[in-house]
Amino acid sequence: MEAIKLHYDVSGNDFTCAGEASGKIKRELKGLGFPNDIVRNVAIAVYEGEINMVIHAGGGVIDVEITPECISLDLIDEGPGIPDVSLAMKEGFSTAPENVRQLGFGAGMGLPNIKKYTDEMIIDTEVGVGTTIHLKVYIK
Amino acid sequence: MKISEIQTILNAELICGADLLESEVFTACGSDMMSDVLAFVKEQAVLLSGLVNPQVIRTAEMMDMKCIVFVRGKKPSMDMIDLATERDIVLLRSDLEMFTACGLLYKHGLKGGSGI
Repeated sequence: MEAIKLHYDVSGNDFTCAGEASGKIKRELKGLGFPNDIVRNVAIAVYEGEINMVIHAGGGVIDVEITPECISLDLIDEGPGIPDVSLAMKEGFSTAPENVRQLGFGAGMGLPNIKKYTDEMIIDTEVGVGTTIHLKVYIK
Repeated sequence: MKISEIQTILNAELICGADLLESEVFTACGSDMMSDVLAFVKEQAVLLSGLVNPQVIRTAEMMDMKCIVFVRGKKPSMDMIDLATERDIVLLRSDLEMFTACGLLYKHGLKGGSGI
C-alpha cells in the first residue's frame, strides 16, 4: 500500500468548529480498518493539538501520512510559539484564557496528553514564528 | 446496562438517538472538564456533564463514547444535537445534579474506568 497523504485546514476563528479535522482523521483511520485503540489514541492526540491551535495560534494546518506501519501527523501553526517547551509539557501548566477554561479546556493537560497517546512527539517552535508538532503512532 | 435503563434511572429526557437506546454500556464518568476526560478516562461509554458546548460532543466522539447525559437540567443547542445525531451519540438530559446522577448509576451497577 502506498502512503496515504491527507491535509486539513484548521480555522482559528471559531472554537465551536475545533475538532472537525480530528473527527475526519478519526473516521478516515476507522475506514481504513486500523484497530480501535490506535484510532482512538490518534484521535485524542490530534484533537488536543487542534484545540491548542485554535486557542493559541489562530488555526493552522494538519498533514497526515498513513502507511500500514505508522501514522504520522504534522500539526503546523504560525502562532506565537512556545517560549518554554519543558514548562508547557508540565501537567497543569496552562496559558489558556478564562473563556477557554469555561468551555472545559485549559487544564494544562493538552501537550502531556498528546505525548501520552503517541509513540513519538517532537515540538519545533520559535517565538513569533510558530509551532510544528510532529507525531508518530506505530502500528504494532 | 442499557442506555434506556440510564434514561429511566435518571428520569431523563431523550434528546436524540432513540434507535440506540438498547445499546449496552458498562462504564461511565462525570466531568465538566473536557481536558480531564481526554487525559484520564479510558473505555468509558457514558459521559455525564453539566457543560454545554459542541466540544462535549466532540470529546465524546474522540473517546468512542455512546451516550452523554447532561445533568442539572442543561439543554444542548441544536448544533450539538445535530452533531451528536451525525456521530451516533445518544443525548439525555436530567434535572439531577452531577453527584446524585453518578451515585444512582453507580448504585445500579455502572462502573468507573478503574472497574470499581
